[in-house]
Amino acid sequence: MKSLMKNRLAWPVIALAALLLLNQIFRPDFLSLRMQDGHLYGSIIDIMRNGAPTILIALGMTLVIATRGIDLSVGAVVAIAGAASCAYIAASPEPASPVTAAMAVLIAVMAGLFLGLWNGFLVSTVGVQPIIATLVLMTAGRGIAQLITGGQIVSVSNDHYKSIGAGYLFTLPISILITAAVFVLAAVLTRRTALGTLVEAVGINPVASRLAGLRSRNIIWIVYVFSAVCAAIAGLMISSNVTAADANNAGLYIEMDAILAVVIGGTSLAGGRYTLAGTVIGAFIIQTLTTTVYTLGIPPEVTLVFKALVVITVCLLQAPKARNLLRSLKAAPKPGTKEKVAI
Amino acid sequence: MSSLSTLTPLTVKEPTPLRNRMRGGARYAPTLATLGLFIAMFAVGAGMYPSFLSGQVFLNLFIDNTFLIVLAVGMTFVILTGGIDLSVGAVVALSMMVSATLLQQGWNPATVIFLVLVIGGGLGLLMGLIIQYFDIQPFIVTLAGMFLARGLCYVISLDSIPVTEGFFTSVAQAQIPLSGDLFVSPGVLLALAIVAAAFFILHHTRFGRTVYAIGGNEHSAMLMGLPVTRTKVLVYALSGLCSAVAGVLFSFYSLSGYSLAAQGMELDAIAAVVIGGTLLTGGTGYVLGSVVGVLVLGIVQTFIAYDGTLSSWWTKIVIGGLLLVFILLQRLFARRTA
Repeated sequence: MKSLMKNRLAWPVIALAALLLLNQIFRPDFLSLRMQDGHLYGSIIDIMRNGAPTILIALGMTLVIATRGIDLSVGAVVAIAGAASCAYIAASPEPASPVTAAMAVLIAVMAGLFLGLWNGFLVSTVGVQPIIATLVLMTAGRGIAQLITGGQIVSVSNDHYKSIGAGYLFTLPISILITAAVFVLAAVLTRRTALGTLVEAVGINPVASRLAGLRSRNIIWIVYVFSAVCAAIAGLMISSNVTAADANNAGLYIEMDAILAVVIGGTSLAGGRYTLAGTVIGAFIIQTLTTTVYTLGIPPEVTLVFKALVVITVCLLQAPKARNLLRSLKAAPKPGTKEKVAI
Repeated sequence: MSSLSTLTPLTVKEPTPLRNRMRGGARYAPTLATLGLFIAMFAVGAGMYPSFLSGQVFLNLFIDNTFLIVLAVGMTFVILTGGIDLSVGAVVALSMMVSATLLQQGWNPATVIFLVLVIGGGLGLLMGLIIQYFDIQPFIVTLAGMFLARGLCYVISLDSIPVTEGFFTSVAQAQIPLSGDLFVSPGVLLALAIVAAAFFILHHTRFGRTVYAIGGNEHSAMLMGLPVTRTKVLVYALSGLCSAVAGVLFSFYSLSGYSLAAQGMELDAIAAVVIGGTLLTGGTGYVLGSVVGVLVLGIVQTFIAYDGTLSSWWTKIVIGGLLLVFILLQRLFARRTA
């Protein structure tokens, strides 16, 4: 039990389980799943489907944060990717054909690739602090997205495009499958190769890792490109789910949710060790919170207050200082017992 | 030390504050560049549109941005210590909502303003305490503060609340005549007074010196026996207070409270501070630079309004571009003088 508690994923998992339990108590059919028209339905599926873009972005953000960086521009990338693909479909001669949809996806991913290269260039080559480097794109990005859409909400009607965010495959929503695929890909690429260790090395000590002969620049470039591409795919999901590109509101504050998911999941903003599984759980916690607010009958306008309180509670629980305080309170009755410091 | 820093473009904290490495006028260079840019933009505007070259156009830059000036002042303190405050926009909206609601219920305006300042300062103080005593990143704590303040706005009301109270409307309509036809609003005088006070605090008090010292090197500041803990907490309280003042000024300006107001204003404030020459790593920068930064943002908007054919989104793109230029300039200066 003790070793279980020391696991870094313990707190996030407990928090998620408590939230799910709370929902189950107030709505007995919460955890049930049912089949309808060959699709799986249920609250859990809804949480996963609505959370898919946040999870995807949080995965990219995890690797960026592991290198001691941060990517504030993901929300803007979401808007640009959605705007570019919808504008392409709307302007193409065959707006309903699968080829157009495929091209739109390609354009969005290429846009993400390019924007990631730009962020990576500023951070690794120019040496700008990550928070400012990505602030540039965060500020300008929504303007660029509006430039692409001409300030309008561009709506498209392409069933193939729509299926990215709203379609089903093997009874599951396609967006969940895409997110799962990216998670597996990222996990295999970083944990089955040396890449993950290199990312952590750059985050723990950039100077030492460079002196050890590590090409930190390339690593940093890779994580920013990965983050932006994830954001672009999330942008595709968001815009295809509503079959429209809204340059102003698509992915608004999603960077905040993603960063929160990473922090709640147990990855430190100071860089170094990271956990992709923790991030996914963190994103689930955030999404489940929103659902819980509805289940408990709390008026929706209180959601943000609720979220703020949960965020502060989780962060306080994870803060080493708060833990030490708790531990010293617990240890006070029986002095002399030495506990190992869990990190 | 300096050779190490040129080798390491990735270091998050500059090992030595840039300020110390810059000799003489070089440390004013980023701020002077901003001032030069502002004058150049004004000159170009005057060349393109004859009516641009009027004193009132210049004064309107202040009148339309009083709240942003006050926000940028508070943000400058926070950024000088190497921190960041993402909650300012939401606190502005909360201040507007609180004052609009209470005024509607017939409260005395003086009490309302006092209460708003207490709420803003208290929220900032709370965030500062959490940041300092639990050692959590300012980014995350102020983000939670932003959610909290914005959430409280929604709790108060989802609709826009008009302000019809006598004192607020008379301040909103008041014009203080200068020479000729020129005038400013009372808010401008208040904002400038706050700028003057901030200038005095930063450059002529122990508190201000400690702020610079923390941004330069927090560890050294602590070893020197400076009150690091107290100063870091107070800086966030100060920023919260400035946000509340900005909220009151914005109420004077817009005569309403709306829970979605001032969205993204924290980004404008940060952009103004960075464009004004303050390093986000802390330790280097001037509050007057931030004011010039706000004026530059204001003149970009004026330009787009004068042009008439450019759409509003160009503002964002230009501000992003300016941010980029100034960040690159700062890197250049940092390398040159190293």
